[in-house]
Amino acid sequence: MADVLGDQRMTMNWGPQHPAAHGVLRLVMELDGEIVTRIDPHIGLLHRGTEKLIEHKTYMQALPYFDRLDYVAPMNQEHAFSLAVEKLLGLEVPPRGQYIRVLFSEIGRLLSHLLNVTTQALDVGALTPPLWGFEEREKLMIFYERASGARLHANYFRTGGVHQDIPAGLSEDIYEFCEHFPKVLDDIEGLLTNNRIFKQRNVDIGIVSREEAEAWGFSGVMLRSAGLAWDLRRAQPYECYSDLDFQIPVGKNGDCYDRYLMRMEEMRQSNLIMKQCLDKMPTGPVSSADHKVVPPKRGEMKRSMEALIHHFKLFTEGYHVPEGEVYAAIEAPKGEFGVYLVSDGSNKPYRCKIRPPSYAHLQAIDFLCRGHMLADVSAVLGSLDIVFGEIDR
Amino acid sequence: MTESLEDFGKEIDAALPGAVLGQSVVLNQLTLDIAPGDILRTLKFLRDDSRCAFAVLIDICGVDWPQRAKRFDVVYHLLSLTQNRRIRLKVQTDEESPVPSAVSLFPAANWFERETFDMYGITFADHPDLRRLLTDYGFSGYPLRKDFPLTGYVEVRYDEEVKRVVYQPVELVQEFRDFDFMSPWEGARYVLPGDEKASKGGG
Repeated sequence: MADVLGDQRMTMNWGPQHPAAHGVLRLVMELDGEIVTRIDPHIGLLHRGTEKLIEHKTYMQALPYFDRLDYVAPMNQEHAFSLAVEKLLGLEVPPRGQYIRVLFSEIGRLLSHLLNVTTQALDVGALTPPLWGFEEREKLMIFYERASGARLHANYFRTGGVHQDIPAGLSEDIYEFCEHFPKVLDDIEGLLTNNRIFKQRNVDIGIVSREEAEAWGFSGVMLRSAGLAWDLRRAQPYECYSDLDFQIPVGKNGDCYDRYLMRMEEMRQSNLIMKQCLDKMPTGPVSSADHKVVPPKRGEMKRSMEALIHHFKLFTEGYHVPEGEVYAAIEAPKGEFGVYLVSDGSNKPYRCKIRPPSYAHLQAIDFLCRGHMLADVSAVLGSLDIVFGEIDR
Repeated sequence: MTESLEDFGKEIDAALPGAVLGQSVVLNQLTLDIAPGDILRTLKFLRDDSRCAFAVLIDICGVDWPQRAKRFDVVYHLLSLTQNRRIRLKVQTDEESPVPSAVSLFPAANWFERETFDMYGITFADHPDLRRLLTDYGFSGYPLRKDFPLTGYVEVRYDEEVKRVVYQPVELVQEFRDFDFMSPWEGARYVLPGDEKASKGGG
């Protein structure tokens, strides 16, 4: 056939404004007919210089930049930065603060997986799942709003704990959500899991082996789909994850379909974790009482001179973090999200390197898609779970 | 896992004579300083030795210390899934001397090294494709260096007359203000006007 039609090789530009690109991704693809022979991703179209900006901000001012990295699960990113600063400061988070953090981290996981699973379905041609999934995301974002005042850019996980206690009635509403949420997952699974088209588009597409997953620096679902049971919440527990009971789904085949199944199961597990958090939620303060780092509450400032001074100092000069360097990582919905923080003892980070999981995943796209059909590229992209806020930083 | 990180660092030092220039354990994290010429040997050993098994390259990044003769640190973070351990390696370099590229050992190093090159201008020898990654097409300068201004040098806008996006030098209505929040009572090292008199033989 090739002899009749002659050389069928061509170079195609894809993006950066393509609805299946999950953001601003530009791919320069070399094709042989419909077979992909090479992909050169061009990223950085959303580069905002976050790391440079953070070097010019106090630690407290740096936190909101983390909401803007992976903007589908904002609080998980804040968590990594807060953990890094707390490690340097040697600050303890009180139990209630830890439980609230875990609760909202798992809400973040639901937010991210709901978006990813349903848009992965959209990428391969199913329109209904996103409509159903986004309805649930809306409810979860309202929980975000009730706790922090913002639907997306929460700025809620502050150094030493969380900004404020959750309002009365929120626990009950989240519990009610958890009760009915598995039903929604059943519905979405009913649409997709045995769907002929969905399976044709995803089974045996973008297969990763254990060795390849390690060599390419994969983490999270991408790593576990290859059969490696590795989850930072279990392997290197932070906060109160060691007190909670949950299972970690592990894949067998390492293909796009496995990753879909695992994300669905992870959502069920997150749901269980949220319920446990609500059941076990201790009473007490939500953030550390060290007012050299944690700002005092408004009410206190009206009565106490010392609180007023602390407030003034913290919001002008900020707090000083002891000299040193630390790497803190969390299990973000997309994989290992790490922050490498270097402090020179001043009130601003000397260097803050953000290690986003999707960055490592996206650079493997050339390896994942080589030899696949052009239409499989969007299926693989969908299952990589990439967000450009964190890749481009 | 019972052995301490200090002992583990010493073991690595013994296995790689001459490669480890210094080591420290701070906040329960092990850091090794490696000579630039030995970095590939070290990474290969850490990856293949069964007691280390650091098979996952988590991150490579740069840090700029302009007051130092070798101003850049290249920092490698590795993770071992089987041993459940992390390690940090540091290599010092300057603007001219390239660091050997780790792409042959870890394919994941590719973009991390490209980003480090893009942000700091640190070059990596034998890297297959050392192009800029995150910055704009045709960008010049290395934005994460400490001497690069926060506002950059060029700005873009859409020009109605030529009907395209044009680049022009940054024009600030107001100079960027980097407030010095240092308190004279703690942290600040500058001398306030008049303070020099106080130290001159007690008035």
